[in-house]
Amino acid sequence: MESLQTGDLVRYANGGTALTGTYIAERDGMAVIKLESGYNIGTSLEKIEFVERPASQPAAGAGVVVQNPDLPDLAVISTGGTIASRVDYRTGAVMSQFSVSDILRAIPELGDIARYRDCQIASILSENMQPALWRELARAVYDEIRAGVAGVIVTHGTDTMAYSAAAVRFMLKTPVPVVFVGSQRSADRPSSDNAMNALCSAAVAAGDLGEVAVVMHATTNDDRCAVHRATRVRKMHTSRRDAFQSMGMEPLGYVDYPSLSVTLSDEAVRRGTEEPELHDALEERCALLHFYPGMPPAVLDAFEGYAGLVISGTGLGHVATEWIPRLREMIEDGTTVVMTSQCLHGRVCDRVYNTGRDLLSAGVIEGEDMLPEAALVKLMWVLGNEPDPERARVLMQTDLAGEIRRRSI
Amino acid sequence: MMDYEKLGLKAGIEIHQQLDTAEKLFCRCPTTLRDASERTGDFHRYLRATESELGEIDRAAREEMKLVRKFRYYTYDTVCLVEHDEEPPAPMNPEALEVCLTIAKMLEMTPVERVHTMRKLVIDGSNTSGFQRTALVALSGALPGGCQVETICLEEEAAQRVEDETFSLDRLGIPLVEITTAPCMHTPEAVQEVAAHIGMVLRSTGRVKRGLGTIRQDINVSIADGARVEIKGVQDLDLIAEVVRREVERQTNLLAIRDTLRERGARVDHTVIDVTALFAETKSSILKKAKAVLAVRLCGFAGLVGREIQPGRRLGSEMSDYAKKCGVGGIFHTDELPAYGVTAEEVARLREFVGAVEGDCVVIVAAGRERAGCAAEQVMIRAEMALSGVPEETRKMLEEGSTAYMRPLPGAARMYPETDVFAITIDEKLWESVEIPELLTDRVARFVREFGLDEGLARQVAFSERLPLFEEAVAAGVRPTLAARTLLATCRELARDGVEVARVSEEEILALLSAVEGGRAAKEAIPDLLTELARTAGDAGAPGERVDAAIEKMGPAVSQADVEEIVRRIVTEREAFAREKGMGALGPLMGVVMQELRGSVDGKVISETLRRELQRLLS
Repeated sequence: MESLQTGDLVRYANGGTALTGTYIAERDGMAVIKLESGYNIGTSLEKIEFVERPASQPAAGAGVVVQNPDLPDLAVISTGGTIASRVDYRTGAVMSQFSVSDILRAIPELGDIARYRDCQIASILSENMQPALWRELARAVYDEIRAGVAGVIVTHGTDTMAYSAAAVRFMLKTPVPVVFVGSQRSADRPSSDNAMNALCSAAVAAGDLGEVAVVMHATTNDDRCAVHRATRVRKMHTSRRDAFQSMGMEPLGYVDYPSLSVTLSDEAVRRGTEEPELHDALEERCALLHFYPGMPPAVLDAFEGYAGLVISGTGLGHVATEWIPRLREMIEDGTTVVMTSQCLHGRVCDRVYNTGRDLLSAGVIEGEDMLPEAALVKLMWVLGNEPDPERARVLMQTDLAGEIRRRSI
Repeated sequence: MMDYEKLGLKAGIEIHQQLDTAEKLFCRCPTTLRDASERTGDFHRYLRATESELGEIDRAAREEMKLVRKFRYYTYDTVCLVEHDEEPPAPMNPEALEVCLTIAKMLEMTPVERVHTMRKLVIDGSNTSGFQRTALVALSGALPGGCQVETICLEEEAAQRVEDETFSLDRLGIPLVEITTAPCMHTPEAVQEVAAHIGMVLRSTGRVKRGLGTIRQDINVSIADGARVEIKGVQDLDLIAEVVRREVERQTNLLAIRDTLRERGARVDHTVIDVTALFAETKSSILKKAKAVLAVRLCGFAGLVGREIQPGRRLGSEMSDYAKKCGVGGIFHTDELPAYGVTAEEVARLREFVGAVEGDCVVIVAAGRERAGCAAEQVMIRAEMALSGVPEETRKMLEEGSTAYMRPLPGAARMYPETDVFAITIDEKLWESVEIPELLTDRVARFVREFGLDEGLARQVAFSERLPLFEEAVAAGVRPTLAARTLLATCRELARDGVEVARVSEEEILALLSAVEGGRAAKEAIPDLLTELARTAGDAGAPGERVDAAIEKMGPAVSQADVEEIVRRIVTEREAFAREKGMGALGPLMGVVMQELRGSVDGKVISETLRRELQRLLS
């Protein structure tokens, strides 16, 4: 038998049945075939027989969508998060779409908000994101801003979107909105949150904001998206549409759907406030450690020689007492150690209990109310740009990009 | 009488049966139906058709997209994030797969070697995700009479429509088997018989849900030169044959209309004419208040738009169904006018204005401009279809068995893999381990043979929802006839008399029957005891205690010595009568004793005691 290829027509015989189907793939020693009814089934290879190889079908969806030249110009930078996808019902493959024409065909209402230019810098799952890519991303955004776009949309997988948004925020000063967007429910499904999130992000990117934000569903309803500050947003649910939440502050604003009217709070930085600047140095020898009861201090040996370490400690910002001597050594050897809290809500205070006081005397920096992830990204940026340890120490406790709130409310 | 063979009738059925599993198919929620008033909240979503690989939106999906619709969902404390489409599905429920395999085996089907779950696009709002999860489990089975089952699929039940665009999530995700037959039936009666047989097989498992809406039949019908039409949601088995008859009638009439249209050289004028001004002063409130009244001229259609094609349905009804997809209330056509407040003069002006000549029919739609335009377009589309015969459609059943248009038949390109669910291998060991339960028809024969039930009662028991309780009672030593009579006849009679016998728990019924078998209560007392148990239902106490309390209340226990004493006294009081009648006094005296003991003692015990007493007296 000729070796089978996806799309080949095959005959399937089982029991009294003889059916024709399309060969899809071999998986775990069995063939997957798609019957004419549309169902896939798995079968032993010996039960199928090659019939013919159909002529390949013309590539679909070609053709360029004409955009309205009177609308503002937005850049869409994709990293791998999918705003749009197309399903091949013949093979079942779900293909991500990155070209502006593809996206506009899938979500035509986008064409009423702006015209778009696309730029793909990566096609990765967001768990595979790297600090080097954050820098590339920040530079791509900066280049688009310098080229004069009215706003930038970054499509991103949701898992690590908050890290990337915070990283871009520390590296970049921007006069225009830079909006990170993704979807929690796959783009192939009619119920996906992709279209609404994309439309809301475009509305924000064309609007009055002047900082880096994450725009995602605000509730489980398709009623509005929230605009979150890049340095204070966190993914707080594995799967829900409204997984992203502003921590320790109200969102910067909301976008109503389907009207797409944007409301920004007084706190949101407005368009044109900043001049574009890029400072994309990052010290990548930094780590984030989640402490747990009984965690041996020897774990710290793995971070020997690191420039910075953020600890996500317990409660007000603690680790076990037996950690303190080892931390003191590391700090003396030049590692900057910042304490945050795994409570996520509230401010670190190492002045209440003895352990905390000992940590301070060992040289640990209180991370205020920074989110652990934002603190990590900030530490990379601060140590990448500020060689003086004392000044770096001060910067870690100074609000640089909205990551620290002066007051806890 | 139609000659169905000559007409080339081909029919097949799809049976959807909910399974009575503990949990739903792809999450751990119970399969409990709720009342909408018990909801704990609601949310709303929009659904959007996704582009297929050919850049085409599925035609059924596109049809639903004609209206931009917002769907609202009611949620309950028995529903989780999976039904909300806020969490990936759990692995396929093994209990549901086992029931599905059992049914497949009973239908002599061959299982697929590996089951792949698919996503089938459904964007009418009944699935929060916009697709239904479904898996093909087995192929090619046999039915009596030579018909074949093509496939059995295991799929998720859809959410229940509460009204318009509001759905209730309690039903979403209940496991459902879909059994599809070949188009192998050639008379309306055969369709009904096959449906009845499959229904019996399903109930034989004892693991399917019972009651209204838990089984639904879709019927596929076509005749030679007609078209395949799928009629959705026939719930009443007895209506199946009638639905098929009426669909054959509809297709035959549509073909006759097509022939007439062709003879007349009929055609559809594709200009939509604005006739709003003509009805500015009309008495028809619908036309008067509409922002736009648009007209379509159907050349050569006169008399045919109003022709009946099925009881209560005309070609005009079909056009109206298509127009309603745009959100209009319906259409008017000149075959039925003047009427509805439209005068003959207005009709004449309308005809003149649109240039209609004798033999033309004019259809008007009244609504907002956009909706009216959409509706006029739809009328033209349906009129064009009339020129070529019968359109392939999905239709819904109306009362009595006529049908209305729902949407075009779905195309094939609407399924793709559910990547969040792993495929399941059905190896020989698993298939061999599936046990086939006794068919209900076989069980009837066994009940007659083993228990001596008459065939009618045996059938009633076997097909009743009380079957498990009956079998439990018999296994506990209750006489089959007593169990059967109590569970069916007695309970039904009491219910008819307004006793809420459904409130008596199965455990109590079982305890009651055991008490009767144990001689602690007479079988004559069963109706009174059930009434008492129903009256006090919900009160505290174990079933056995509650039954004892009821017996105590309805009549204090009477010992054999008491019975003998009472019998002796009554016989002594009527000694002359007894001596005169001899053993013939047994009947009359039986009545006297029974009255005194008021059902607290089994009649058989009384009659034996009485017989002994009479024999003693007469010897």
